[in-house]
Amino acid sequence: MSGQGSGGPATPWDEGGPERLYTVSRGRAGRHDRTSVELVTLIVARTEPEPGMQPEIAAVLRMCQFPLSVAEISAYLVLPVSTVSVILAGLLKERRVEARAPVPAAVLPDTELLQAVMHGLQNL
Amino acid sequence: MDYRISDDDGGTSGVGGVGGITGPRREDVLPASAAAAVKVVIVGGFGVGKTTMVGSVSEIRPLTTEETMTQAGVGVDDLAGVERKTETTVAMDFGRISLNERLVLYLFGTPGQERFWFLWNGLFEGALGAVVLLDTRRLEVSFDVVGRLEERGVPFVVAVNAFPGAPAYPLQELRAALDLPDAVPLIDCDARDRGSSRDTLITLVSYLQALTMTPETS
Repeated sequence: MSGQGSGGPATPWDEGGPERLYTVSRGRAGRHDRTSVELVTLIVARTEPEPGMQPEIAAVLRMCQFPLSVAEISAYLVLPVSTVSVILAGLLKERRVEARAPVPAAVLPDTELLQAVMHGLQNL
Repeated sequence: MDYRISDDDGGTSGVGGVGGITGPRREDVLPASAAAAVKVVIVGGFGVGKTTMVGSVSEIRPLTTEETMTQAGVGVDDLAGVERKTETTVAMDFGRISLNERLVLYLFGTPGQERFWFLWNGLFEGALGAVVLLDTRRLEVSFDVVGRLEERGVPFVVAVNAFPGAPAYPLQELRAALDLPDAVPLIDCDARDRGSSRDTLITLVSYLQALTMTPETS
């Protein structure tokens, strides 16, 4: 993975639009920031966007007035999931958003969850 | 080199860049009560109908998410002791089904090149299970995928998408070719058809239910 930073902060993003990736994640591409959310974590904004915010951050707060998955945020921002995860880690730390963690499915999901999934599919 | 891979049916959804960022359309907004999400991964070779299946059951127009992956060079002569790394952007289409007011199911169609499926960090982690869309033109690909899913302990069902031009084999023959255990469901489906795609997911969930009821032998 990238983010070792041994060759300076720009190294991990030396291809494919590095400036934007680096700017929106403010260079914090550390491993730990990425693990706090995953593809289907639902994000809900707790605050309104403020003037002067980075456009991506303001956009996240705007689009997450209702729950939205990390995957959807990545799609609408047109940014890689790892970059979005870094943005979200910052917003979570500042308590500007809350994360509704995905149901842990461990090895085998529990019967109640499967029952709910089954009912939902049958009602389609 | 950096290159971009997109899935069979394209699925370029992103609108605008910085400054032109759009969010979900009004009809694509989840209710405030949505509390948790689960995911199912649809795995299959290039052009086998993954995005079609995602699109036929999804309540939203399929979206595209992407991830940047760094991969150490494979099969490169290492005489100089230089490790080569390649960075690749992999795109993946996905859709969404609201199961009830609280629970949401996301369906992810894996990218076109099989070697990337298992590099995507966290793609299979926490997934309920997977649907392998079988490419009867390239059985060896599916054979490899089945092996990797088994290795990772990801429960899966195998669906044969009845798309035009693909050779038709009896399911029993395919089961033997894939060396698939009898317990793993192998079904026909039509990825274009909403009902058929939904039934494929139902087959997966009822297989998962059967698995949870089978006592572990150890």
